[in-house]
Amino acid sequence: MSKTATIVKREFLTRVRKRSFLVMTILGPILMAAIIIVPVMVAQLSDSDYAVAIVDESQLFFDRFEDTENVSFTPVGTNIEHATQLMHDGRFDAVLHIPEIAFQAPSSLRLFSAKSVNFSAKLLIENILKLEFESLKLSHAGIDEEVLRSIETPINIQAIRIKDDGELITDYPEISMGLSLLSGFLIYIFIFLFGSQVLRGVLEEKTSRIVEIIVSSVKPIQLMMGKVIGVGMVGLTQFLIWVVLTFAIIGIFQLAMPEMFRFTPDEEVFITSSQVLSAEEMEQQKAYIQQYDTMAGQLMEGLSAINFPVMILSFVFFFLGGYLLYAALFAAIGSAVDNEADTQQFMLPVTVPLLLSIIMIQLIISNPSGPVAFWLSIIPLTSPVIMMARIPFGVPYAELALSAVLLIMGFMATTWLAARIYRTGILMYGKKSSYKELWKWIKHT
Amino acid sequence: MDALLRTEQITKQYTGHLALNQVSIQVPAQSIFGLLGPNGAGKTTLIRIINQIIGPDQGRIYIENKPLRPGHVHQIGYLPEERGLYKKMAVGEQAVYLARLKGMKGQEAKRKLRDWFEKFDLMPWWNKKVEELSKGMQQKVQFIITVLHAPKLLIFDEPFSGFDPINVNLLKEEILRLRREGATIIFSTHNMASVEELCDHIALINKSEKILEGEVRQIKKTFASRIYEAEIEQATNWSGEIPDKRFTLLKTSSHNGTSILRLKIEGNATTNELLEFLLGLGNISNFQELTPSMNDIFIKKVTGKFPIEANGNTEE
Repeated sequence: MSKTATIVKREFLTRVRKRSFLVMTILGPILMAAIIIVPVMVAQLSDSDYAVAIVDESQLFFDRFEDTENVSFTPVGTNIEHATQLMHDGRFDAVLHIPEIAFQAPSSLRLFSAKSVNFSAKLLIENILKLEFESLKLSHAGIDEEVLRSIETPINIQAIRIKDDGELITDYPEISMGLSLLSGFLIYIFIFLFGSQVLRGVLEEKTSRIVEIIVSSVKPIQLMMGKVIGVGMVGLTQFLIWVVLTFAIIGIFQLAMPEMFRFTPDEEVFITSSQVLSAEEMEQQKAYIQQYDTMAGQLMEGLSAINFPVMILSFVFFFLGGYLLYAALFAAIGSAVDNEADTQQFMLPVTVPLLLSIIMIQLIISNPSGPVAFWLSIIPLTSPVIMMARIPFGVPYAELALSAVLLIMGFMATTWLAARIYRTGILMYGKKSSYKELWKWIKHT
Repeated sequence: MDALLRTEQITKQYTGHLALNQVSIQVPAQSIFGLLGPNGAGKTTLIRIINQIIGPDQGRIYIENKPLRPGHVHQIGYLPEERGLYKKMAVGEQAVYLARLKGMKGQEAKRKLRDWFEKFDLMPWWNKKVEELSKGMQQKVQFIITVLHAPKLLIFDEPFSGFDPINVNLLKEEILRLRREGATIIFSTHNMASVEELCDHIALINKSEKILEGEVRQIKKTFASRIYEAEIEQATNWSGEIPDKRFTLLKTSSHNGTSILRLKIEGNATTNELLEFLLGLGNISNFQELTPSMNDIFIKKVTGKFPIEANGNTEE
């Protein structure tokens, strides 16, 4: 086994055996899965039955409230005191008070509740009343409600990309955007996280003074590259475990609670209610369900349109490339200073391109093929984050290849530069290094 | 000459200052070689060049008459002046790791380490983190790591700084034993007294240049001070004056009727002549040559004068 491999092995093993690695490895996928699962669960769980009593003094709306899965409505006459009493007895969660003048003065509407108001129930009531007020006003103005309903047309443009070979693929900008943001941020976080681990590792060797013992056995560049590669492998391992565990956790949840992940709306409602619906209303319902179907279908189709192997492979490549590029610079910084506090002055120029990438990601997403996106995804300092953000939207292979080649050249350049700073820096103590000093080290043969 | 290590005209220039100027030394095989000189003279730079941590601007280095090559690091054991270990790493694992970087096989390293750890009573600490060890134990571990791969050449930079007296003795014994078993040892220090007794060869380095090199006995002979101290009881004939130019009186003092004279023999005069003169003064109770220490020789070499030559009468 070569000495570099021995160093890589130590760097890797000491890190993966740390408790923090274990915690991160387990917490990461749980967090990621939670981001996906929790909103679904919360939506399901928080909407427990919410009983609303309706006191409609105007006698216009009390029969217009249909129970939903989570909210039930019960007209309780016109006695508000009685209704409030019922609420305090625990029969109802809230009382909707529609005063006689409500139609003329909608601001007189009140929703009383003993506990804090259920927000989604409030929204639901508002929506129902809004529709009812509108149709009432329309019929007062002599417009038929049927006409109005037929005017309402759901619009959902299907975006289609024509590839160079003429193949048509449906585009899902929303899904691409999400993936774009996620992968861009992930690359950024990974580079930062593991880059600073390299910095701290170099600094540790320097401050503990073990470095001189080691470089009497191996070349400084072997030590530096051993650390960079070892930490990089830790990052890669963590990423792959995350990918596998995240998919596994989501998979388990899907198996355990299949109803939670069903995208179809309540067909039963449609069937039972269809018996009393007119033909025209049925058409509307159908269109509604179709739209729902296409939304659910779109999501599924959009996700399946994403080429996950390509996404993961390019993530691995751009993570490794970007990491190697920055890790070398981090190693150089670690070697040039005596303690963590002194790293600040050198951190700035290294972090600026990374921060710039993250700031620009918004712009890139809105125009993933524009000149800014192109240039930032070509320049090695910003390309890992920006290219990763562009890939979900599709990037021509030529650009991808150019960016990849430049990134490889970029990290070779930073490694060369860093190695020259590193071999001098690790043996320098007590002197506060300046940029001028670093430049001398680089020039020195 | 059977030199294990030879450097020829080593020059190293740092930005703005010359660290080594044409330094050539020869370290005989199986010797204990003292690389002496004040702080900042260039000793550590020379040692780092021998260890191939940095390269010389000019000059050549030979080990057993072969030009220094990367593989030679396996034959050198180096204990740097500023030394440390990974604080969070287990002692045994860390020692094995460092041994492997010196080219040892894992199993062999473990076996030999066990022997050393037994010898130094460190075995119970094998799985402990370095930070849990006392300073003295850490120093022992560092010493073991330096010598574990049985190097032909051992280089100790300021070896005794930071070691407690008990460990210093332990270290000295082990170093002498290693020498008997065939190792060549280089000591680098500014504290010349600390290694004088151990060294049989030395090189003095001052301001980037070697100013003196050779066998300790030879050097001491060359730098014989010809200064003697005599104690004379009832020096009734002592006038306080030296009648002729063969001797110079450097210092006198008297104590309970005993006069102590420090004299330097000048020109071609001999010790016998001095003794004859002293016999005439009274009963000689003690007579000895003041041999210069390496420190004295260094000062003489730099300033041209022995510190013991300083004139002045003191009454005690």
